[in-house]
Amino acid sequence: MAKHTFIAYVEDVPGVLNRIASLFRRRNFNIDSLTVGRTEQPGVSRMTVVVEATDAGARIVEANLYKLVNVLRVDDLTHKSALMRELGLVKVKVTPQSRSEVLQLVDVFRARVVDVDELILVIEVTGTPEKISKFELVLRPYGITEIVRTGVVAMARGHELISSAPPTVRTEGGHGHDDSGVSMSV
Amino acid sequence: MKLTGAEIIWECLAKEGVDVVFGYPGGAILPTYDAMTKYPQIHHVLVRHEQGATHMADGYARASGKVGVAIATSGPGATNMVTGIATAMMDSSPIVCITGQVGSKAIGTDAFQETDVTGVTLPVTKHNYLVTKPGDIARAIREAFYIAKSGRPGPVLVDITKDAQQLTAEFDWEAAAPRLPGYRPSYHAPASEFARAAELINSAKRPLILAGQGILKSGTTAEVLKLAKTAGIPITTTLLGIGAIPASSEYNLGMMGMHGEAWVNVAIQEADLLIALGMRFDDRVTGNLKTYAVNAKKIHVDIDPTEINKNVPVDCALIGDLREVLALIQPQIKKATHEEWWALINAERGDAAVRDIQSLPDSGNLYAAHVINDLWRLTQKRDTIVVTDVGQHQMWEAQYFRHEKPRSLITSGGLGTMGFALPAAIGAKFACPEKDVWVVVGDGGFQMTSCELATAEQEGIKVNVAIINNSFLGMVRQWQEFFYDKRYAATPMTGPDFVKLAEAYRLKGLRCNKRSDVKTTVEQTLAAKGTVVIDFVVEKEDTVFPMVPAGAALDKMIRRPKQDVMLESGSDKDWEMPVPPAIAPAAEAPAKVAVVTKAKVTKPVAKKAAAPVAKAKKTSRR
Repeated sequence: MAKHTFIAYVEDVPGVLNRIASLFRRRNFNIDSLTVGRTEQPGVSRMTVVVEATDAGARIVEANLYKLVNVLRVDDLTHKSALMRELGLVKVKVTPQSRSEVLQLVDVFRARVVDVDELILVIEVTGTPEKISKFELVLRPYGITEIVRTGVVAMARGHELISSAPPTVRTEGGHGHDDSGVSMSV
Repeated sequence: MKLTGAEIIWECLAKEGVDVVFGYPGGAILPTYDAMTKYPQIHHVLVRHEQGATHMADGYARASGKVGVAIATSGPGATNMVTGIATAMMDSSPIVCITGQVGSKAIGTDAFQETDVTGVTLPVTKHNYLVTKPGDIARAIREAFYIAKSGRPGPVLVDITKDAQQLTAEFDWEAAAPRLPGYRPSYHAPASEFARAAELINSAKRPLILAGQGILKSGTTAEVLKLAKTAGIPITTTLLGIGAIPASSEYNLGMMGMHGEAWVNVAIQEADLLIALGMRFDDRVTGNLKTYAVNAKKIHVDIDPTEINKNVPVDCALIGDLREVLALIQPQIKKATHEEWWALINAERGDAAVRDIQSLPDSGNLYAAHVINDLWRLTQKRDTIVVTDVGQHQMWEAQYFRHEKPRSLITSGGLGTMGFALPAAIGAKFACPEKDVWVVVGDGGFQMTSCELATAEQEGIKVNVAIINNSFLGMVRQWQEFFYDKRYAATPMTGPDFVKLAEAYRLKGLRCNKRSDVKTTVEQTLAAKGTVVIDFVVEKEDTVFPMVPAGAALDKMIRRPKQDVMLESGSDKDWEMPVPPAIAPAAEAPAKVAVVTKAKVTKPVAKKAAAPVAKAKKTSRR
């Protein structure tokens, strides 16, 4: 079992997130993280799905994703050179004594302080999921009161453009029920 | 042309070539029912329960190959459809279900009879739609039909709000053409895979074709037989593949799987190459996957990529339409006869544990197998569709009724839906009014949807219902017998007087509890005008043999106990055992493999001499 990262281009229609989520539940796969957002093409959303699966299981996930009528294109980035990024906001307790230590760590992790008061720092950190986990680990002794992570977004590096053959979209507007639904984001 | 949404629904159905719909009205679908009166070319069948509507649409689709249509209202009407939709999903049957939904403004308010139907049916449909505007209806219905019948067929549901049915919109059929950029109904395997498959077939010593329902869906009976003849490959079918290959074909070994022919399961385990055509390695077919055909390479031909390597890892996958695949592979196949392989199979085949029931003793009690086998013998000159339910009778039908034609058996395989048979048969009769339609159903399953007798009566159609009545939930009882120490928890079952029940519905009811009466009962049924219900009162605790226990290796079958090897009964001698018509020239026959031959019939007689004393005891076994 290993983590597999899939990019799915989907039609931006109501219920599509439900279809994807339902598929994973139905086929007994665990979603590690799932993020959704708009793309450079109107009417197309892009999902990054990370699942724990064997290689054979990953092939089954991919085939099942393709089987969904609203799914335009699927890419498995697991064995490709890819950029993986996640954003985390960490709320950590500080004292006048510990504040500078924490700020040093923020520096080391190239994170940013986005909110300060006398007892609390809110830190924004981006990077691979592993980096954010590590950041969380080193801050824990100071007292983390709250943490939120976005889940990973991924993109192939350089020429491994997964959107090299951009998915086709419905062109005529106004007819489909896609215009009736709000665009879906996270 | 401005039309109401309701009118657009009927326009679309008419344009899709729909001649009959099965449905049940209710508040949220009323505008559509009101508009129905303007479309007399489409016949509406009023069902008695929405589950029945979906099974009828399913039976119609399976008998005709066309798309079946079911209509229901919101909330309970739609949720009643779920079982039928799931049945169609598991057996890849193309149906379109149209449901009413509460007004679009009321969605999400827990309005009267509101249910999130697209949510509920999401995992059991191939795709579904929620339509809230009249202008979107035409495209949703066109796409629904297209999705339902293309690629691997399946059910599609279109949920239409009441206001969308009431409001008007421009109806433009052309503009509503499907636009489905993410839908891929067909794939084409690369040439290299074909070369590999051909190489595997040409080098195999003990090849075996596993024939599934995909052959029926693609209509490739002749092509598969051609492949089998060219390369001398025996064929075995799945339950849903029955009829895809004529039972009388010398290449057809019979059904595989949990209650399949013993020699078939042995052959699967002995084979060095399995060629799976339009089947999906269901657990009822494979038994324990760890021990399944370990010596065999596997070629899997399927139109659905998600089936490849799902249960059984394969060596070569040909994803695509079976017709296309067979056309491409056939020229690369070398002639072969595989005489040693056939000899091996035929040696096993003499061990006819399944067929022995053809000569069950005439104990005074009727055996289900008698009924089914006699039914086959009495109807084989007629064009017959048999629709079975789920349970022991379903397996006996598969074993003792010999299907020669595609689409002559309709049964709920994947989902195993009790209550399927009667409504599905009504649907099949609407698809094929010129054919005899027989329902073979247990007393349990029949009671689940027996209300549809009223539908048959109201429509004035003729389906012949053979209830195999053993006063037990027989298959469950059999499992309790084998695996739960005969603790028959909740399996003994009473029922109404089925003859009187039929009469209450103003139908003819017959009862038969002696083998000698089967013939006249069937003849009376065929001669009667409308739907007939026959109560075949059979042996209570009979068992389906052979049986592969769930999770066991495929060749570890529970066989009919030795003392039960049946003797030829008096009444069996009255029957002229028909020799099945040879569909292939005898010269091409790789070996003598016709199942029912004189030699076979006389075989049990030899055993009679060996154990003559046992006869009396045996007849009172239960």
